[in-house]
Amino acid sequence: MEALLALASGVLYAAGIYMMLRRRLAQLIIGLGLLANGTNLLIFAAGGLTRGRPPVVPDGATSLVPPYADPVPQALVLTAIVIGFGLLAFSLVLAHRVHETVGSDDVDAVGRRR
Amino acid sequence: MKTLVLPIVIPLAAAALMMLLPKRAMLQRWIAMVASIGLLASAVHIFRQVDVAGVQVLYISNWPAPFGIALVADLLAAVLVVAVGVVGTAVAAVSFAGVDPRREAFGYHPLLQILLMGVSGAFLTGDLFNLYVWFEVMLVASFVLMAINRTRPQMEAAFKYVAINLIASSVFLTALGLLYGATGTLNMAELARVWPDLRGPAIDTVLAALFLIAFATKAGLFPLFFWLPASYHTPPAAVGAAFAGLLTKVGVYALIRVFTLLFHSAPPALFWLLLGMSAATMVIGLVAALDERDLRRVLAFNLVGHIGYTTASLSLLTPAAVAGAIFYVLHHIIVITNLYLVSGVLLRLRRTTEFSGLGGLLKSQPLFAVLAMLPIFSLAGVPPLSGFLGKLAVIDGMFSAGAYWVGGLVLVVGLLTLLSMARTWADAFWRAPDDRQDMMHPGTAFLWTIGALSVLMIGMTIGAEPIFDVALRGAEQLLARDPYVHAVLGGAP
Repeated sequence: MEALLALASGVLYAAGIYMMLRRRLAQLIIGLGLLANGTNLLIFAAGGLTRGRPPVVPDGATSLVPPYADPVPQALVLTAIVIGFGLLAFSLVLAHRVHETVGSDDVDAVGRRR
Repeated sequence: MKTLVLPIVIPLAAAALMMLLPKRAMLQRWIAMVASIGLLASAVHIFRQVDVAGVQVLYISNWPAPFGIALVADLLAAVLVVAVGVVGTAVAAVSFAGVDPRREAFGYHPLLQILLMGVSGAFLTGDLFNLYVWFEVMLVASFVLMAINRTRPQMEAAFKYVAINLIASSVFLTALGLLYGATGTLNMAELARVWPDLRGPAIDTVLAALFLIAFATKAGLFPLFFWLPASYHTPPAAVGAAFAGLLTKVGVYALIRVFTLLFHSAPPALFWLLLGMSAATMVIGLVAALDERDLRRVLAFNLVGHIGYTTASLSLLTPAAVAGAIFYVLHHIIVITNLYLVSGVLLRLRRTTEFSGLGGLLKSQPLFAVLAMLPIFSLAGVPPLSGFLGKLAVIDGMFSAGAYWVGGLVLVVGLLTLLSMARTWADAFWRAPDDRQDMMHPGTAFLWTIGALSVLMIGMTIGAEPIFDVALRGAEQLLARDPYVHAVLGGAP
C-alpha cells in the first residue's frame, strides 16, 4: 500500500512539474494543484499506514494499544488540503484577472519588460 | 507566559473589528494605528521578559509539548517581533497621509493587520507545521494586498509572486512530510532532541536541501530571487515597505531556525552551498541595482543583495557571525522600510520613482531631502549610521570565523551599495532642478514616520553596544540549542 501511494505521489509530482513548465496560465495552475495533492499523499504515506486500527481507545481500556493509525498526518493533510484549496481558488481568480488585463494566457507574455 | 499570544491576537482582533466597519476609512486607520502600537508594546514586553528570564513558552490550550502547539520566544524571535511592531506602526501611520480609496474599501487595513499577524506567528511558533500555516496566512494577505488593483503591472507582478510562492510552499510541505515520516514529530524542540539520533547523511542532506530551497525562495537568495525585483516595485509604497521590511526576513528567520536547531551538523557541502548562494546573491543583487534607473527597482535589488549578508553569516554558524546576522537583520528591517516610505513620498511629489522624473528635491523639499538622506546613507553603510555598524558586525563575524573571502566580498559589495545609494541621492535629490513641479505636499504623516524611523536608526547607532549584546546572546542561545529545548520540553533530557 505504501509503495502504491509513493508511486501515486511521484506521478502527481511529475505531472505537476510537467504542467508548470507549460506556457499557459491554466496549465500552470493545474500543475500547482497536482503538486499540492502529490504533497498531501506524500505526507499521508510518510506518516506510515495502519489499516483498520483507528486511534480510538477501546471500551474498558485506558490507553491505545499499538498498532494504531497515527492521527497526526491525517490532521496535517486536512489542514494542507484546506489551505491548498483556498490558494488554488485564489490563483484561479487571479489567472482570470491576468488574462483579462494582459489579454493572453501565455506565461511569456506576462511581465515582459516594456 | 500568556502575553506571548498578544502579537497574534491583537492584529487578529483589529482585523475582525475593521471588517465590521467597512465604510469607515478614518476609523479603520485609527484602529490600525492603535493595534499596531499595541502589538509593538506587547512585543517590547515579551522582549524584556525573555531578556531577563530566558526563553518564554506558552502551551496553547495547555497541551504539553511536544503534543500541542507551543509558542516560543527566544531572543531572536522576541527582537524580530519588536521589529514587526515597529514596521506595523510605521505603515499604519503613513496611511493617515491618504490611501487609494479603492484599496481602503477592499480591506487594505484589515489585510495589513493579517499580514502582521502572520509574520508574528511565524516568528513565535515552536512547531514547524504551524510555521507553514503562518507562512500561508502571511502569503494570502500579501497576495491580496498585491493584487487588489487591476492595473497591468500589478496583475503581472502579483501573478509571478503568487506562482513562485506557491511552489516554494509545496517544497516546504514536502520537507515537512518527510521530516514527520522520519521523526514522528514536528515540534521544533522535540525535533532538535531526537534528530541527532535519527539523522544520517542522506536524510540530513535531502531535508536540509528541501528546506533550503523553500526558505531561500522566500528570503530571496540567488538563484531563486528573481520574483522579488519583478514584483516589489508595483504595490503602493506603504505595502512595499511592509513586504520589504518583513516578508523576506521571515525566510531568513526560518533558515536561521532550521539550520541552528536541526541541521547544524549536516554535511559541510550544504553550508558551502548556502554560503555560495549568499555570496552570489550579494554580488548579483548589487550589480543589478547599479543597472536600474528606478528607485523602487534599485531598492528591490539592494534588499535582495543585503539578504546575502545575513545568510552568509548564518552559514558560518559561529556566535559572532550569527550575532552579526541578527544585528544586520534588525538594521535592515528599519532602513529598508524607511526607504520604501521615502519612495512613497517621491510618488506623491512626482508620480514616479524613475530617476529621470526626479531631481531638484533638495531645493524644493529641503526638509524631506535631509530626512531621506539618513536612510539612504545608512543603507550605504556610511559611519556613524546603523548600516556602518551592521556591516562592521557582519564582517567582524566573518573574519573571526576565518571566512576572509566572504568578509572581503561584503566590503566590495558595500562599495557597490555606496555607489548605488550615492547615485540615488545625487539623481533624485541633489541634481539641479529642472522645470518639474512637485504635485503635492510630501505628506506630514510620511515626514513624521520617516523621521521617527530615522531617529530609531540613529538610536541603534548610539545604543549599538546593548543591541549588539542582545544579538550576541541571541546567537549563543541559538547555537547552544539547550535553552530552547529545555524551555519547551521542561527538564526532559
